Amino acid sequence: MCLAVPGKIIALKDIDDSGVGRAGTVDFQGNRVDVSLALVPEATEGSWVLVHAGFALNVIDERDARETWKWLEEAKIVDDIPEELKGTGEGQTQNGNAP
Amino acid sequence: MKQPDAETLIRHIRDVAASVGTARIMEVCGTHTVALFRSGIRSLLPENVRLISGPGCPVCVTSQGFIDAACELASREGITVCTYGDMVRVPGRKGSLADRRARGARVMVVYSARDALQFAVKNPDRRVVFLAVGFETTAPATAVTLVEADRNNVENFFVLTAHKRVVPAMLALVAGGEVAIDGFLCPGHVSVVIGSDAYLPVVEKGNWPCVVAGFEPHQMLRGILRLLEQISRDEAKLENVYRSAVSPKGNAQALAILDRVFTPAPAVWRAIGTIPDSGLDLREPFARFDARSRLDLEIGEDYDPPGCRCGEVIQGKIDPVECGLFGTTCSPAQPVGPCMVSGEGTCSAWYKYKGV
Repeated sequence: MCLAVPGKIIALKDIDDSGVGRAGTVDFQGNRVDVSLALVPEATEGSWVLVHAGFALNVIDERDARETWKWLEEAKIVDDIPEELKGTGEGQTQNGNAP
Repeated sequence: MKQPDAETLIRHIRDVAASVGTARIMEVCGTHTVALFRSGIRSLLPENVRLISGPGCPVCVTSQGFIDAACELASREGITVCTYGDMVRVPGRKGSLADRRARGARVMVVYSARDALQFAVKNPDRRVVFLAVGFETTAPATAVTLVEADRNNVENFFVLTAHKRVVPAMLALVAGGEVAIDGFLCPGHVSVVIGSDAYLPVVEKGNWPCVVAGFEPHQMLRGILRLLEQISRDEAKLENVYRSAVSPKGNAQALAILDRVFTPAPAVWRAIGTIPDSGLDLREPFARFDARSRLDLEIGEDYDPPGCRCGEVIQGKIDPVECGLFGTTCSPAQPVGPCMVSGEGTCSAWYKYKGV
């Protein structure tokens, strides 16, 4: 539950000017997910961020991010964290658990 | 500078371990527990280095009273309970949220607190309750979501909070004196938020070595090595071997929004009881989102299911195999206690990786 996953911001969306609604589309090795950027005001398009439960927690180096991905894939941890990668981007459905 | 590889680190660990008696290292975080198993590190360590799993699985430390209250809410007319997936299968006194859902209750698994808020906005005829569990990794997400709900005046959105703070729990655990611990391997991603300096009270008050580490094998090995080095020298220092993500002060923005929405408060931990300052209560401007007061919800007494020893497991007092239910009446397919339900629960990890 406390594993954050690195991804790259490929587009920014400013939902309002407060910063709270600041969001972006983050690419996780091809999966694109809308993520809140409210906690990382310094993040811009192209930044790599660590994402947990739909929120970017900090900005990290691309090199570290790529190393982490190597580990996630080699150790097959990626199979266990689909919820981090499935997301609820526009046009996508929820996790399949209808209310 | 090139980092030493895993083999070299293990050799160093063996060398240093030879100079200490038994070293009891608690990995506080459930993600570490699972990562230590699946990387094979547990089986590569010398026998005198014992890894003890701590109270760092959010589902596992959530009191039974909370689970029962969530189930009761889900059964009410007009309410949708939104939750992270792990909570759904935790058995309560009268079944789990999954059982309620099978009988028609509205229980929705969400990936993020924001999804729960968006659902509330799109479904104004329903009252939507988000189960806000988790440590400081997830608590800022709840906080941002509540600020958003407040700003947009969303009146059908509520949170049932059981967020927990890691450091007060560590302090309570060692103050209790019932679990012998020689050092703490501190969580990686919680520390991204709270910063490595957050563990200074554990080092200074308790004289326990603390090392913050990431979840990759070489990071965990370095963390264990640093702890053993401190133990062998009879030192207690704070070290951080995850500097690529964790700074001394943490994420200022996240801490500020946590402080805006929540105030530290006593919290009930499964089987441990109430630990001062270990929880987060909503501050006044956000109290209107509190499911407890707004929906007249009582959180009942905590209790363990008969025979279940999850309470002792999460405190590191026993290993899962010492529980009479482990692997017999309690398994991931039919869990009795939360440590077997959550993917990060200690019992689930032991079951999965020990080949029961």
